[in-house]
Amino acid sequence: MTVVNFTPWSALFGGMLIGLGALLLMVAAGRVAGISGILIGLGGHSDRGWRLAFVAGLLSATLLLFQSGMAEVPSLAGMAPGKLLLAGLLVGIGTRLGNGCTSGHGICGLGRGSRRSMAATLVFIAAGIATVAMLK
Amino acid sequence: MLYLIGLLSGALFGLGLVLSGMINPAKVLGFLDVFGAWDPSLALVMAGALAVFAPGLWFWRTKHGQCVLGTDLPKVAAPVIDGRLLLGASIFGAGWGMAGICPGPAIGLAASLQWQVGVFILAMGAGFWLVGRLTVAGSGKL
Repeated sequence: MTVVNFTPWSALFGGMLIGLGALLLMVAAGRVAGISGILIGLGGHSDRGWRLAFVAGLLSATLLLFQSGMAEVPSLAGMAPGKLLLAGLLVGIGTRLGNGCTSGHGICGLGRGSRRSMAATLVFIAAGIATVAMLK
Repeated sequence: MLYLIGLLSGALFGLGLVLSGMINPAKVLGFLDVFGAWDPSLALVMAGALAVFAPGLWFWRTKHGQCVLGTDLPKVAAPVIDGRLLLGASIFGAGWGMAGICPGPAIGLAASLQWQVGVFILAMGAGFWLVGRLTVAGSGKL
């Protein structure tokens, strides 16, 4: 194992902003900032407005940063369409089956001491590590 | 008011995803490459988020029982760790390790206007839909 590209400060501050966003949504509106749950809820029939607003806020922020040139756009040009298709499908199936993704389990769940989220987070990180190791 | 909170929370989230590097699939794959060239940065993204979220919520909860808009704070799910949870997390982890993209960054990356993001998001939506069709009790909530 060698450590590369470590960017501790931007990672920490960026993470704090994510935590602040999740905290705001929970203490102000009593809603969980789990992105997969928010997206799934958009396909439902009730309580869609705030979810749409959240997605709009997220998109506006990244649109501003990318299109103004303040942040570099990560290029996906090297990724095969078939790989993206399968990856997306697995992420969709897995997060709906497991009731959460990196944000819902990893931040909102763990941050409230949920044992389910602790288990889920350990498992999806381990599965991610195993997948990366196998695909090399 | 609820919409404004949602908008602001989403914007903070998006800003954090970009600044932290979590939006960059290469960085995510570097974090998961523990046995190769490892980039530990994303551990600090999670640590930073939890360092704000967990104590913030704890302080709020001890002073107020409810959220600002007046409803109860959502309860933590019963600590039942079942096969569905573990299977779902495994499948999600496998997909995450393939492309280095999870749902939040997928939405944020849509702003980069690359067609590859569209492929990922459509496939993810198909996955949501498929599980919804196959499960009766699938509420999709944490």
